[in-house]
Amino acid sequence: MIEALHLVKRFRDKKRGEICAVNDVSFSCRPGEIYGLLGANGAGKTTTLRMLATILAPSEGTAIVAGYDVVKEPQMVRSRVGFLSTATALYGRLSAQEMVEYFGRLYGLDEPTLGRRIDEIFTRLEMNDFRDRRCDKLSTGMKQKVSIARTLVHDPSVMIFDEPTVGLDVMASRTIAGFIRECRDNGKTVVFSTHVMSEVQKLCDHIGIIHGGKLLAAGTLSELRAQFGIHDLEDLFVKVVES
Amino acid sequence: MSLRNIGIVYRKELVDSLRDRRTLVSMIVVPLLIMPLLTIGMGALSILLVGEAMKEVPQVMILGGEDSPQVVADLKQLKDVQIVPTKADYADEISDKKIRAAVEIPPGFEAKLAAGESSTVKIYMYEGELKSGFGADRLQRFFRELRDNSIRENLKARHLPDNLARPFDILEQNVAPPEKVGGAILGGLVPYFVILLCLTGAMYPAMDLTAGEKERGTIETILCSPVSRTHLVLGKFLMVLTASIATAILAITSMALSFGAGKKMLLGVTHGTADAALQITITGKAIVSIFCVVLPLAVFFSAALLALSIFAKSFKEAQSYISPLMIVVVMPAVAALLPGVELNAALALIPVLNTSLVSKEIITGTYHWNLIALIFLSSSVYAAIAIAIAVKLFQREDVLFRT
Repeated sequence: MIEALHLVKRFRDKKRGEICAVNDVSFSCRPGEIYGLLGANGAGKTTTLRMLATILAPSEGTAIVAGYDVVKEPQMVRSRVGFLSTATALYGRLSAQEMVEYFGRLYGLDEPTLGRRIDEIFTRLEMNDFRDRRCDKLSTGMKQKVSIARTLVHDPSVMIFDEPTVGLDVMASRTIAGFIRECRDNGKTVVFSTHVMSEVQKLCDHIGIIHGGKLLAAGTLSELRAQFGIHDLEDLFVKVVES
Repeated sequence: MSLRNIGIVYRKELVDSLRDRRTLVSMIVVPLLIMPLLTIGMGALSILLVGEAMKEVPQVMILGGEDSPQVVADLKQLKDVQIVPTKADYADEISDKKIRAAVEIPPGFEAKLAAGESSTVKIYMYEGELKSGFGADRLQRFFRELRDNSIRENLKARHLPDNLARPFDILEQNVAPPEKVGGAILGGLVPYFVILLCLTGAMYPAMDLTAGEKERGTIETILCSPVSRTHLVLGKFLMVLTASIATAILAITSMALSFGAGKKMLLGVTHGTADAALQITITGKAIVSIFCVVLPLAVFFSAALLALSIFAKSFKEAQSYISPLMIVVVMPAVAALLPGVELNAALALIPVLNTSLVSKEIITGTYHWNLIALIFLSSSVYAAIAIAIAVKLFQREDVLFRT
């Protein structure tokens, strides 16, 4: 379960002064649901998700993630969250297995459990052929699988994806989409951000449209269509943003 | 404080760094090569160059001497100089290294010598130029012998004893042990290189583990794991420290072995009469002591480099922050090499300089335990401050996500 409660994030910029990247954002997402945060570049998606993953601390407000407060118990939150974005790169000089083992150990898994989890995940994601290959020698698709294995190793109840398909080819994007669906089907709480309308239509149970740091509209796709009287999601998005 | 998490981060960083060629070069190859190159290599090169210079028969010019035919004839008889025809631009010829030296024989030199009157022979040379020095030395030796013979003959003619003009001799004798003499001459160089290598050994891993992570995009990956930022920075710091200490240990060991080998080589060449400067002996006690005083400095360097690097957005930016640090470190290390700079309580508080000075003393076999303790303590305080700053910077979002 994720409950974002009036999240605010301000940054100080030398040239522009204080910038409010996220302004009073609240939403919730239940286990077995996918919540899609839809917004243009610079809308505040990444900052919101980074606050949910406790990579950034909110300036105001808070969020309850997997039953823990992101401000008061960030480490408890992190140990229950899997976070994947295009910015979460791999350690190139570690092998695929070493990469996943490293994170498994940091998540506090004991060695027998870790070994078992890695065998399970590597078999399920068909990674056994390259488990000993260094990450910098892997193809984009293989790297994506290692990143997925890294987020899954501790079997988190909450998954956060920040524009996970940016820069990926069709095949790699399909792998990610399949993985997001699988997470939902396994009862995990899933939040993901994107600016690709088709991804939202295919995957999301609930949608939040974010612009200028504010959550301008939220609901299921059919609720939003009914509210704005527009069927095409792209047109709907433009109308919400421009209004 | 979870030592387990620090250990996990440290082990990962160690494996990661040991697979990086650039870290291996700065941590292992440089310290292993630089000391033998400096001692054996430079020693062999200087022997070779001096030998080559000594082989050359210097060309010298005689100015004047028309009324002193015997002196000119004797000069021409010398086998280890070659007399060249006189030219008016002898000074330019010396400066342009066309000839090595010139001697000006004053008018009536031989007549004045016979009459017991004083006169001055001038030798022109290129100061600091090795081959010119050899030429001038040879001319000076010739005229010194001529003067001594003249004194002896004058005394003999007056039936006076030889030692009248030299009633007593002065003999300077060294009583300091050879390692102290060698240490005083070369001792300053040793800590200079150890300190410098300690810094350079830590430099690359510090940048790679912080700014490098930002550049490669792995910083966000690690920040979304449950490891606390304090544990993360401490694990990274331990890795940087390992690199720094490994570099220092390898440099000290390589230095001790190189001096041993260099000494044997030179004693072999000179049949056991090597100059005191080369008779430097680095004992096991000195190695351990230098290591102990260098240790807190390595901690200080590692933490300071880590703090500076985490602030940088990219590897390149980190390099631009760290390069000036080299000068900041080199300056006090060089100051310790200056003559007359002696260790005292005030200097014991100046980082780098204190370690450099005390290491120099240790090499000469001098142990001022109270100052060693003060240096260890002050360096430890600086190190603790640097670690605290590095930990603090790792907590700051504006530093970690600086764009």
